[in-house]
Amino acid sequence: MAKLSENAAKMIAEICDRYKDEKTPLMMILSDIQNEYGYIPLEVQELVSAKTGISVAEIYGVVTFYSFFSLEPKGKYIIGCCLGTACYVKGAQQVIDKFSEILKIKPGQTTEDGLFTLDALRCIGACGIAPAVSISGQVHPKVSPDQVAGIIEEIRQKEGMSA
Amino acid sequence: MIGTIDQLNEKTAACTKCLDEKITGSDGKRHIVLCGGTGCLSSHSDKIKEKFDEVLAAKGLADKATVNIVGCFGFCSQGPFVKIYPEDTLYRLVKIEDVEEIVDVDIAGGQVVERLLYVDPATKEKVSKQDEINFYKKQRRIALHGCGVINPEDINEALGMGAFEGLKKALSMTRQEVIDEVMKSGLRGRGGGGFPAGRKWQFAYNVKADQKYVVCNGDEGDPGAFMDRSILEGNPLAVIEGMMIAGYAFGASEGYFYVRAEYPIAVKRLRLAISQAREAGLLGENILGTGFNFNCHIRLGAGAFVCGEETALLNSIEGKRGMPRPRPPFPAVKGLWGKPTCVNNVETLACVPYILRNGADEFASVGTERSKGTKVFALGGKVNNVGLVEVPMGTTLRELIYDIGGGIPNGKKFKAIQTGGPSGGCLTEEYLDEPIDFDNLVAKGSMMGSGGAIVMDEDNCMVDVAKFYMEFICDESCGKCTPCRIGTKRMLEILTRITEGKGTMKDLDELEELSQTVKNNSLCALGQTSANPITSTLTHFRDEYIAHIVDKKCPAHVCKNLMQYVIDPDKCIGCGMCAKNCPASCITRTDYIAPKHKLASMAIDASKCVKCGSCMSSCKFKAISKV
Amino acid sequence: MSLVNIKIEGVPYQVEAGLTILEAAKACGYEIPSLCTFNHGECNQGSCRVCLVEATGARGLVASCVYPVAEGMEIKISSPKAVEARRRSVELLLSNHNVNCQQCLKNGNCELLHVAQMTGAREGAYQGSHSETYLDELAPGLVRDTSKCILCGRCIARCQNAHGLGILGFENRGFKTFVSPAENRSFANSPCIQCGQCVSVCPTGALMEKSEIGKIDEAFRQGKHVVVQAAPAVRASLGEEFGYPIGTPVTGKMIAALRRLGFERVYDVNFGADLTIMEEGTELLHRLTEGGVLPMITSCSPGWVNYAEFNYGDLLPHLSSCKSPHQMQGAIIKSYWAQQMGYDPKDVFVVSVMPCVAKKGEKEREQEKVNGIPDVDAVITTRELGRMIRRGGIMFNRLPDEEWDQDIMGDYTGAGVIFGVTGGVMEAALRTVYFKLTGKEKESITFEEVRGHDAGIREAAIDINGTVVKVAIASGMKSASVLLDEIRAGKSEYQFIEIMGCPGGCINGGGQSYVRPCFLPNESDDILDTYKEKRAKALYTEDERQVIRQSHNNPQIIELYEKFLGEPNSHKAHELLHTSYAARERFA
Ligand SMILES: Cc1cc2nc3c(=O)[nH]c(=O)nc-3n(C[C@H](O)[C@H](O)[C@H](O)COP(=O)(O)O)c2cc1C
Ligand code: SF4
Ligand code: SF4
Ligand code: SF4
Ligand code: SF4
Ligand code: SF4
Ligand code: SF4
Ligand code: SF4
Ligand code: SF4
Ligand code: FES
Ligand code: FES
Ligand code: FES
Repeated sequence: MAKLSENAAKMIAEICDRYKDEKTPLMMILSDIQNEYGYIPLEVQELVSAKTGISVAEIYGVVTFYSFFSLEPKGKYIIGCCLGTACYVKGAQQVIDKFSEILKIKPGQTTEDGLFTLDALRCIGACGIAPAVSISGQVHPKVSPDQVAGIIEEIRQKEGMSA
Repeated sequence: MIGTIDQLNEKTAACTKCLDEKITGSDGKRHIVLCGGTGCLSSHSDKIKEKFDEVLAAKGLADKATVNIVGCFGFCSQGPFVKIYPEDTLYRLVKIEDVEEIVDVDIAGGQVVERLLYVDPATKEKVSKQDEINFYKKQRRIALHGCGVINPEDINEALGMGAFEGLKKALSMTRQEVIDEVMKSGLRGRGGGGFPAGRKWQFAYNVKADQKYVVCNGDEGDPGAFMDRSILEGNPLAVIEGMMIAGYAFGASEGYFYVRAEYPIAVKRLRLAISQAREAGLLGENILGTGFNFNCHIRLGAGAFVCGEETALLNSIEGKRGMPRPRPPFPAVKGLWGKPTCVNNVETLACVPYILRNGADEFASVGTERSKGTKVFALGGKVNNVGLVEVPMGTTLRELIYDIGGGIPNGKKFKAIQTGGPSGGCLTEEYLDEPIDFDNLVAKGSMMGSGGAIVMDEDNCMVDVAKFYMEFICDESCGKCTPCRIGTKRMLEILTRITEGKGTMKDLDELEELSQTVKNNSLCALGQTSANPITSTLTHFRDEYIAHIVDKKCPAHVCKNLMQYVIDPDKCIGCGMCAKNCPASCITRTDYIAPKHKLASMAIDASKCVKCGSCMSSCKFKAISKV
Repeated sequence: MSLVNIKIEGVPYQVEAGLTILEAAKACGYEIPSLCTFNHGECNQGSCRVCLVEATGARGLVASCVYPVAEGMEIKISSPKAVEARRRSVELLLSNHNVNCQQCLKNGNCELLHVAQMTGAREGAYQGSHSETYLDELAPGLVRDTSKCILCGRCIARCQNAHGLGILGFENRGFKTFVSPAENRSFANSPCIQCGQCVSVCPTGALMEKSEIGKIDEAFRQGKHVVVQAAPAVRASLGEEFGYPIGTPVTGKMIAALRRLGFERVYDVNFGADLTIMEEGTELLHRLTEGGVLPMITSCSPGWVNYAEFNYGDLLPHLSSCKSPHQMQGAIIKSYWAQQMGYDPKDVFVVSVMPCVAKKGEKEREQEKVNGIPDVDAVITTRELGRMIRRGGIMFNRLPDEEWDQDIMGDYTGAGVIFGVTGGVMEAALRTVYFKLTGKEKESITFEEVRGHDAGIREAAIDINGTVVKVAIASGMKSASVLLDEIRAGKSEYQFIEIMGCPGGCINGGGQSYVRPCFLPNESDDILDTYKEKRAKALYTEDERQVIRQSHNNPQIIELYEKFLGEPNSHKAHELLHTSYAARERFA
């Protein structure tokens, strides 16, 4: 199995130590790892297991239970299309379909260049401005399918990867 | 440091004065506030604020006006909002480019920027003050107290709105008296179940234990609901105070907030509020010199709807998979780490300080016989005014949809309102005059849930809606128990069959049987209520199901397998836009030229069409329709 | 103990307060179907929902396995509503189950099938897609087939309870949930110790031992000299396969059955156990007197050896270098016996009948081969032997009692028999060590202080002529890790430690007959608490009946050393009877 780099191992250990004084901090540890390391592969889980005494299978079970935790690296930009009810009845399905079509990936997948991950979300609490799309934390209000190409192009340009 | 009651009184008086000055302008200044809720931030209200600061400074007006962020105004679809005190002028849909004009015309010129005012969709009249907008007229703010008024990042403003007055009152009473007061107020849980908060506290109070916990449920998983988010973003201290009162009442000294990870701003403000309260001595040891100790912690969810269920939530805090626990034992007896625990919803806790501050009778004077106080709804879907509304219990659905919501847009026909999210049901036209309260909604086949209220019009297919909810439930089922794990999948499979035109009438019987089984046999309320959207649509819209099954038609033209796009050759001028936008290249020119048109009309090859709808939205001549 | 009054279908009963409805009903003589609850709440998910009943005081139906009785409660098991609900839960389970009972090796012991029959589940009542399934056949002894898993969680609980290992867990959620080692790895690529405890609690065919009956058939087909040897613990459990009360020793019938299955020789692994004591006892004395690594730890349980290699690589020098008894005996069969018979060792095929699943893997270790030839060729469990006997049409219960083949390794001692229970190896070793240190036999031959039949740690200080030997015994890795951590921390006071993989030792091995109250109507209610003790007793009784009860007094062992091996721990003995260990990466 792939070994963690020394730096990564240090980082994970540091995250685990952050919550030494909290009771049952597994979720917090995993959240931080997801945010800072980007994903939670088995070798990271092994380290968390060693640090917390929780079995790897149990950690793996937790990681695969919650949709925020990922076993694989995600794209630089995570496009989260809300498919909650308020957004759905306002046509969110067509919006995500459009992203899918243009990026040529299905929800849950990442583009080959590692730039985008497309996720279907369930309500991000921005229902007042449905359909809402969250791109790496920034919420875009009232997105319509014809805006999609522009949104993607803007990011690509910013990254110097214009098509 | 606010270490004693006297110090709190002093501080509150000072802060109240300060806030009053701001609202009444008695300090001789103008006060600009911007909505800093998620909705408005997504339209860059933070940048607009910066721009105000910049423009005011540039024009030498910095000492004439202040600029501040406040919580959500509720009317998010019209955001970003800018409000100017003391005139109370409300601008909506404000853009960065508008700032200069507002400063020039309003702040400097004392005039109103007419074009940024809200226009009543019915009367077409411009309305300049918040209270005069229909959307706000029937509202009454108890849970949303302070939201849209105070700066949620400044504890002083909260104190100016009476924060900690409720706690102060509670600390002067015995624990049992506090519980009795809440019991008397008739406050029922806003998280969905409607269980009386006082009763729950009493259970926990009655259990002897060295440690007890209060947990605030901020998971808000119901898609389409965002009141808890707004409260946490708009007045986090109210929830903290409510939690402390609960803790005092049944003897807990530790509180846990469980907030969805999707709510970063709420989390940030909650963190800030906790640290400000701690610094002020209002959290920690010996609060207000009364010997009461209380500490708060924040835990984040990680994307599992079921974690809103209280026992699953506890497991999640304990670092486990969010799978519900069988009950009994109830959390009030054996909860977090095996200790007595009360789980209360954000909105429930936000009502508590009000009850203590103003008395149970005051709270109970609002609402219906068995549902007291107000309820915040997230009104969404096909309604003109989308947003958060807090109304007294007993308000009718009609008032909600038409008076507050401003009716259905585009002259479409109302079809149904879905309340209670994935656990709720649809109510039709005939129920519009029903008063909304916990028991009445259940009696009519739906439920309050957390307050999501999604309006559907004639363009919504109810079978598709049922399928949508079932897909959600199926995705979010924790998978622990058989009936929910497998039963919801089976129901989804049947609904999918029906929407694809492959259903049979026998499927309807099986759906009904499965609904019963999953309802009766499931371990937790997620499964037990999962069939509600099916049951209620089957009751009210059976004909739509039958149309899908027997006629192989989707009356609302939503289900792709059962509808088609067609071009009316007489309306089509042959411009070719549709063909240009068609990803399937299935639109070609015919040899028919309609009278008065120059070009031959286009036609769709239905066998190749992927039903994406691009053609229809690109046709400016409305020549394309769905059949 | 306070009592409460309840009614079941209107009939009044008094039951213990605090019981679940399921337990209370059982005490009153009702079997409510159940799947996910097991062994007094060792697993108590309340998740399968096949145990639903009506009870007053509750809204709707309740899961009887988790719902406690209360004073005045009226319970309805047979109401149409409850009956229908239970049936539908089972039907839903079956709609996502790979139902092929005829081919399924679990048939006959399958609780799902039992519950389906009880509830009258209709075939194909619900239909639809199945969850994605996984079949793991990579490990030498274990097979995981998620197409038969009902997600009861018993295996997860057992692995955690017995060993604190938590190898298995639920992965994913909803309809995609399945049970597996982390990352859906094979048992073979995870730190699973292959003990089979999870197999022994699985209600369905989702976890099974990997059958080696086919290998034996093949050996017969090829005309090999097929020799069988049966471990001590097997005789204490095999009877259960044929309806005998738990704890009935069936040594004589087992031998008769093995002979009727056509094996050329039928040997007792007890001989190997005696041999192990000679080697291990000598090794211990050597370490004690020459200053070797102490405490020395037994090495006859491959489950434990696996655990050590994964988790305590630094402590491997503490393990005795002795092979386990059946491996030693296999090596002797392929050398000494084959020589005497004039057979080429390659034509000899050794079958071990074991209470154990881990032994299937043990026989395949490189370190367990002599000149590239494995000591043992096939390992079958007690359950597999039951299957072979049934397949052979042998009416086990009517067999006469027969004796082991006597030619060169028929003699065995009581010391060997008790190997099958936790503390047994220790006691057997102490009997011999006592003799070696004092030159005479201990007056009362037994060492009661080391006896037991359950998980947990026992310790004793044995005064042998002024030399005090401090010993400890653990079974189940949860207990073992306590002793091991002491060693690691340099705080261990012991000279000799016995560790067994399975809680209670081999009598409770992962390959023994299933203990399922629903299939044991004639056993007492508390059988899950008592079966280990009953099986242990069968072994201690056999020990008592033996004339020779110390390994060093086994005449054929003495003869073997004289004629073939020389001394214990001799060069030849090392070549044939000793092995080595190596630390292993957990997720290789
Ligand atoms: C599937 C499911 C999801 C739930 N989600 C939430 C939620 O997001 N927020 C909430 O406050 N309660 C939720 N609840 C209700 C809680 O279990 C619990 O009843 C509530 O938090 C209690 O607080 P209250 O009495 O103040 O309403 C949910 C229940 C179920 C069954
Ligand atoms: S009803 Fe659904 S969510 Fe609740 S425990 Fe069962 S499977 Fe999990
Ligand atoms: S719906 Fe889409 S695929 Fe079909 S004709 Fe129109 S543009 Fe083409
Ligand atoms: S876009 Fe409309 S008008 Fe133009 S060709 Fe298509 S259908 Fe005709
Ligand atoms: S596990 Fe049981 S029900 Fe399933 S196929 Fe095997 S015997 Fe039949
Ligand atoms: S039980 Fe029925 S189906 Fe099965 S073998 Fe007998 S006759 Fe055939
Ligand atoms: S074989 Fe033993 S160690 Fe492996 S998973 Fe099963 S119980 Fe755990
Ligand atoms: S493998 Fe067996 S014991 Fe484990 S959950 Fe599945 S059915 Fe239950
Ligand atoms: S205790 Fe016995 S059955 Fe269990 S692993 Fe060890 S040798 Fe095998
Ligand atoms: S439904 Fe999309 S943000 Fe709430
Ligand atoms: S977020 Fe601004 S009004 Fe709701
Ligand atoms: S045995 Fe009761 S729910 Fe499974």
